[in-house]
Amino acid sequence: MALLDLANPHRFLALARAFIPTLALIAAVLLALGLVLGFRAPPDYQQGETVRIMFIHVPAAWIALGAYSLMAISTLGTLVWRHPLADVAAKAAAPIGAAFCLLCLVTGALWGRPMWGAYWVWDARLTSVLVLFLIYLGILALWRAIEDPGQAGRAVAILTLVGFLNVPIIKFSVDWWNTLHQPASVFRAGGPTIHPALLTPLVITAAGFGALFLALHLAAMRNEILRRRVRSLRLIAAADVEAR
Amino acid sequence: MDFGAHAGFILAAYGAAAIILGLLVLWVLLDHRAQRRALAALEARGIGRRSGPRADGT
Repeated sequence: MALLDLANPHRFLALARAFIPTLALIAAVLLALGLVLGFRAPPDYQQGETVRIMFIHVPAAWIALGAYSLMAISTLGTLVWRHPLADVAAKAAAPIGAAFCLLCLVTGALWGRPMWGAYWVWDARLTSVLVLFLIYLGILALWRAIEDPGQAGRAVAILTLVGFLNVPIIKFSVDWWNTLHQPASVFRAGGPTIHPALLTPLVITAAGFGALFLALHLAAMRNEILRRRVRSLRLIAAADVEAR
Repeated sequence: MDFGAHAGFILAAYGAAAIILGLLVLWVLLDHRAQRRALAALEARGIGRRSGPRADGT
């Protein structure tokens, strides 16, 4: 299917209706399998049982970053190509990305307390992820502050692209600064440093959370298309009343 | 399953995941229902366009 075909909201809604239940089912199966394998895996030799928190914390962080990257690409679609679904995709991804970012921060704090002795430290990784969460909140506020979706989409696009500078800072913060947070242990030159007994369930739960994100994103995009349809019909109704 | 001395932190992390993701799913579902209802109400008043999606998403 060509990208232009998806520009038709009618066609997109039909596609979303077909894919959302499938993705939700895939997410449920993968999350159940990943968590069963994760809880049956032996404890980590250093972190003990607390390593179970990794199966939520790490995928949540990946999705928070992935959702923001998707928003940045979508906003390019808004500014450069004026793709009709680009700002719909960006707007729909924002609350979902914010929720996963919050989940990353909360689970990180709950993992940090037993391992580091503190829920929070002003470490470069933690602080840059907190900045990402604040950028998400700013974007959500800006969407709500401007009534016209087209104008809001262009304003949010600029903010999103400026905020994207934080994404590589988050990724490389553990290399650029001396941080309490551990360095990359999955996506790194030389391969993962995690034992396969823990890496396999991590990859499966990450795939499950990824499928959940896609299902929620498609559903939120569908909601946004319907919201815009409602808005335009209300404007038509208001114009009819004024014309009488 | 025995999570040892840090069981509270592990259970709290999974509880937080259930609450945050549960609320997210619920928000998406309720928003969908609200938009469909609003669209159906407008169409019932005879307000509509010749093309575009209907309240049932078709």
